[in-house]
Amino acid sequence: MSFQVELVSPEAITYQGEAEMVIARTVGGGDIAFQPGHVPFIGVLAVWSVDVIRPEGGRDTFAVHRGFVQVAGTKISILSDVSESAGDIDVERARVAKADAESALSADKDDEAAAADLARADIRLAVAGAEG
Amino acid sequence: MAGGRERVLRRRIGSVQNTKKITRAMELIAATRVVKAQQRARMAKPYAEQITSVIENLAAGGAEVDHPLLRQAEKVERVGVIVISSDRGLAGPYNSSVIKAAERQVQNARSEGADYSLIVIGKKARDYFAFRNYAIDSYTDGISDNPSYEDARRIAEEVAALFTDGRIDRVELVYTEFLSLGSQKVATRRFLPLESTESIAAEGDAGVSGAFEFEPSPEGVLEALLPRYVEARLFGALLESAASEHANRQRAMKAATDNAEELITKLSREMNQARQDAITTEIMEIVGGAEALGSDDDSEEPAPVGAEY
Repeated sequence: MSFQVELVSPEAITYQGEAEMVIARTVGGGDIAFQPGHVPFIGVLAVWSVDVIRPEGGRDTFAVHRGFVQVAGTKISILSDVSESAGDIDVERARVAKADAESALSADKDDEAAAADLARADIRLAVAGAEG
Repeated sequence: MAGGRERVLRRRIGSVQNTKKITRAMELIAATRVVKAQQRARMAKPYAEQITSVIENLAAGGAEVDHPLLRQAEKVERVGVIVISSDRGLAGPYNSSVIKAAERQVQNARSEGADYSLIVIGKKARDYFAFRNYAIDSYTDGISDNPSYEDARRIAEEVAALFTDGRIDRVELVYTEFLSLGSQKVATRRFLPLESTESIAAEGDAGVSGAFEFEPSPEGVLEALLPRYVEARLFGALLESAASEHANRQRAMKAATDNAEELITKLSREMNQARQDAITTEIMEIVGGAEALGSDDDSEEPAPVGAEY
């Protein structure tokens, strides 16, 4: 048994496919895995990755910087205005962003924007499979 | 040879022909752009629909929060008017009608005794309002014929900040709805405050399916969702306006091309007539001259028609 996964950005549907399981992380709720037959669910996604595990094996991973997940019946939609698949991530840029954010943080520990930048850069690098 | 009149007409035909080439090219460009813009508007639909469907489910789950974007001001002191126009003209009535509708909103605000705040997108509206000494509080150009979500987000954030700070109490969005290739209509919509979640939900048509679980909480989801909803609405309006702009331009340029063709036909006819007139005059002159000469030599060389053959 599988369900339909859609990754919807404001400009287009960026990913569509079948999945056996989808793993995401919600704000305040920690990691959550959905399998077909999950109760209807709406959650706010944390700056983290979303893993789509395909029925025939293999997985697609996306860096999702904010958004929502809606599970209804056999359909799961991930709404996000900033999501990237591993192939789309510019590793060099993420490294630079990470270094910038780290230096900003070391200058001012309470810099929230830099902390958010760092979190985003980290998850980009993790999804792309590159070392920070 | 050619008379002065013929030369003048030939030059005019040449210039009309050049104009026609330009308008034809613009028509073709607009035609391809309108298709692309339409496609983008279509591709953006799922996101907006899904966001609305989440709000529906939230409303069904009974989430109602005191979000700043839902704040209904007791007294409206300042009305924000967002107007979406284009940067370039030659688009028929596209700009003037949207600008007129925006101006009406400003006048409405004034007649209610409220101040206004113009948030202008596109050079054309800026030129119009600046020339008439309206105060323009925010201006963006270079995005209207191919808007990105990033643009929509920036403007929506700016407007939402003005609203939540209490600097404006109501926001109207004036843009052009794209109904079909042949029909676009200026629309004025209440942008902020958002209606209650129930009335947003009533607009959508997706069936609500059972009780949802929410994480972190219905209120938490709604809080994160409403700003996205505002952005998606503005983005949708930008995309529809862009498609409308190109459709209007295509129509205007088609009319211009047709008119140029008609003008060329009319001028060619006039020119041909002028040339014919000139030729007739010339022949008359030659014949007249020959006759004048011939009448002198009449006796010496009589040449009756066909006499020698």
